Amino acid sequence: MGLFILRRLGVMILTALCLTFIVFFLTNLYPNLEKLAKTQGEMRMSDEQVERWLANRGYDQPLPIKYGEWLGVWPSKIINTDDGRTYGRCIESGVAIEDTPRFCGVIQGDWGFSSVFKNDVAGIIATRLSLTGKLMFWVMILMIPSALLIGVLAGMREGSRTDRSLSTLSIATTATPEYVSGVIFIALFAASASPLNQWLASMDWIEGRTLFKGTATSAMENANFNNFFLPVLTISLYGMGYIARMTRASMAEVMTAQYIRTARLKGVSFPNIVMKHALRNALIAPFTVIMLQIPWLLNGVVIVETLFNYKGFGWVLVQAAGNNDIELLLGVSVVSVIVVLITQLISDIGYVYLNPRISVT
Amino acid sequence: MEPLSWGAIFVGMFTQLIPVWIALIATFAISIFYKRKLGLYGKLFDSTIGMIGYALVMFWVFVALFGAMDMIVTHDPLGQVSGMKNKIPGTPLRGAEDGDYAYYLLGGDNLARDIFSRVMSGASIVILIAPLATLFAYMVGITLGLPAGYYGGKFDTLLSFVANLVLAFPVILLFYLLVTPEIVNTGLPQYMAIVLFFFPLVFFAVLINTRLKQQPEKNTIWLAAVLIPLTIMYCVTINAAGTKIDLLGRLDFFNPAAGILVVFVSVVFVNAPTVFRIVRGLTLDIKQRDYVAAAQTRGEGSWYIMLWEILPNARGPLIVDFCLRIGYTTILLGTLGFFGLGLESESPDWGSTINEGRKLLSIYAHPALPPALALLSLVLGLNLLADGLREESLRD
Repeated sequence: MGLFILRRLGVMILTALCLTFIVFFLTNLYPNLEKLAKTQGEMRMSDEQVERWLANRGYDQPLPIKYGEWLGVWPSKIINTDDGRTYGRCIESGVAIEDTPRFCGVIQGDWGFSSVFKNDVAGIIATRLSLTGKLMFWVMILMIPSALLIGVLAGMREGSRTDRSLSTLSIATTATPEYVSGVIFIALFAASASPLNQWLASMDWIEGRTLFKGTATSAMENANFNNFFLPVLTISLYGMGYIARMTRASMAEVMTAQYIRTARLKGVSFPNIVMKHALRNALIAPFTVIMLQIPWLLNGVVIVETLFNYKGFGWVLVQAAGNNDIELLLGVSVVSVIVVLITQLISDIGYVYLNPRISVT
Repeated sequence: MEPLSWGAIFVGMFTQLIPVWIALIATFAISIFYKRKLGLYGKLFDSTIGMIGYALVMFWVFVALFGAMDMIVTHDPLGQVSGMKNKIPGTPLRGAEDGDYAYYLLGGDNLARDIFSRVMSGASIVILIAPLATLFAYMVGITLGLPAGYYGGKFDTLLSFVANLVLAFPVILLFYLLVTPEIVNTGLPQYMAIVLFFFPLVFFAVLINTRLKQQPEKNTIWLAAVLIPLTIMYCVTINAAGTKIDLLGRLDFFNPAAGILVVFVSVVFVNAPTVFRIVRGLTLDIKQRDYVAAAQTRGEGSWYIMLWEILPNARGPLIVDFCLRIGYTTILLGTLGFFGLGLESESPDWGSTINEGRKLLSIYAHPALPPALALLSLVLGLNLLADGLREESLRD
């Protein structure tokens, strides 16, 4: 087991290195750098000025060296410009040139400086990630129990009417991407023109003009049912169907097993069979699926945060990518890659742990 | 004129879609009549879910088809009519002349364009790109997945690593990195197209060659008949005037609309690794079977075994996944549109239309809802179709 985890960690680090290098390569292509120079410096710079701007900030170095600097395995270059200013990754105001460290990359804990938000990348990512964490926490609270419930109810009696309608429901939710369900929910519950809201308002059953809020910006500080339910529901719905279908398949399979038949023949009541005999074995497969679903949720988070204007991690990703904020983008990709790989690892280990018939070696 | 009531709007849309209804009824009548002779396709008509899914999918296919023939749309999907901005569904067209359709059936959008026409012509774009891109992803995935599963070893390890690498990327980040105008200017998507579009050529060449190796004459004819048109298509598709890859010059007779190639490439690129993993897994399973061992004993070449023994026996799960994957590709295309990437912003595809409509969603809901529901119904149809196919193919 130890060796397995060690090997997986090795592959993880290799994957993370490759991916960040790809992001680094793509963001450092010349047209992107030119755009960066023009947005950061001045819009009407001539080609020569752009080149000087880039050279002054060390962007003209070969790609592997720049990557090494970012990673913290290559000493960062200190550039003295003609007008007497010094630039470098490691230089901070208030610290003398002699005292600046030679290496300052991700390994040293320095994630760089965001050119859009004018702030430290590490700080931005930490605050935004905690906001997204709040969103994800409620998504999990809503999604997992309801998905498991739907799956177990459907798989309990395969082919019954409950099964058919619940299965169709879960197919429908997997067919509804977040930007579709989100738009429908906003139009239905958060638009003052929607008939539902007009009716509720005329009956004086709701405060204000709509049942829910169409933006979740206020939920960043003060989340309540009113402003946070729609984004949470939108993300959960897309993932819910898939988990429910997996649970249903696994439940249906368990229900045909010999030991369930034995229990039935012994005269154990049906609820007891489901709760005590079937459920435990049926929940092994969904566990893996739930873990593997987390990276998928990340996509949903980006869409929903953009749609509901909730300024979390996904929103930062869009801002960073849209403005070619190189260091922020790298930070974002490191975090998301680590999330993906760790969930894969946990799902593998958990699978082995839950199911003694499978061994990793 | 008075605005139309909801009943009149639905009647209007129904009459506008009459060619689609006729085609749908004809397809179903013929298919149900001959269903015993049509194999798996015929069996689809035994399952209610499958039939509903098929009807939804075919509805949009016919809309795309007749839409491209200009039989459904009521107005120019890009044309703006003054005074129609954000008008509610059923508003009469201001200043209508003879020959104009007198109403905006589903209202006008933020730029005073007819939403009904935009949704209907958006179907043509989605129905064209999504299945084709999925097909290309399948060609890439099959051509790489079969040998990876069959040979195993270093080749497999390397390819699996690369596939996992692409899959570990958040899709939206990848889209942002590939589809921004700056990256498109460097020609990177075109280089990727050169690689990705080459796989269908390889696939068909090997497919024909392994089958007809013993009959050299027939082999040459078949190879020429398939590969020459494909190669020409390949060259003119990746060649685009005014970019880094412009070798053909005036000979380039086919130029996809701006952005479509880029969108296509990125969607294929995102889908191919998953297909690769599925094909590889199936190959690992099937290569243990006796008929593969029999073919090996007969002395068949490895590519023959892969393409003519393993692949046909893996068709069941692959067909089901193909349907699901078209739906997923549709979602991806919508995602690209939603973030305003790739296609031009005035393009009537559903993702871009949703993106435009969402900005004023809490005041005017009607521009964003029709494309959202259209996308939902198509993807739902594909999912139900896949479910029906899976059930029917498991039955025997």
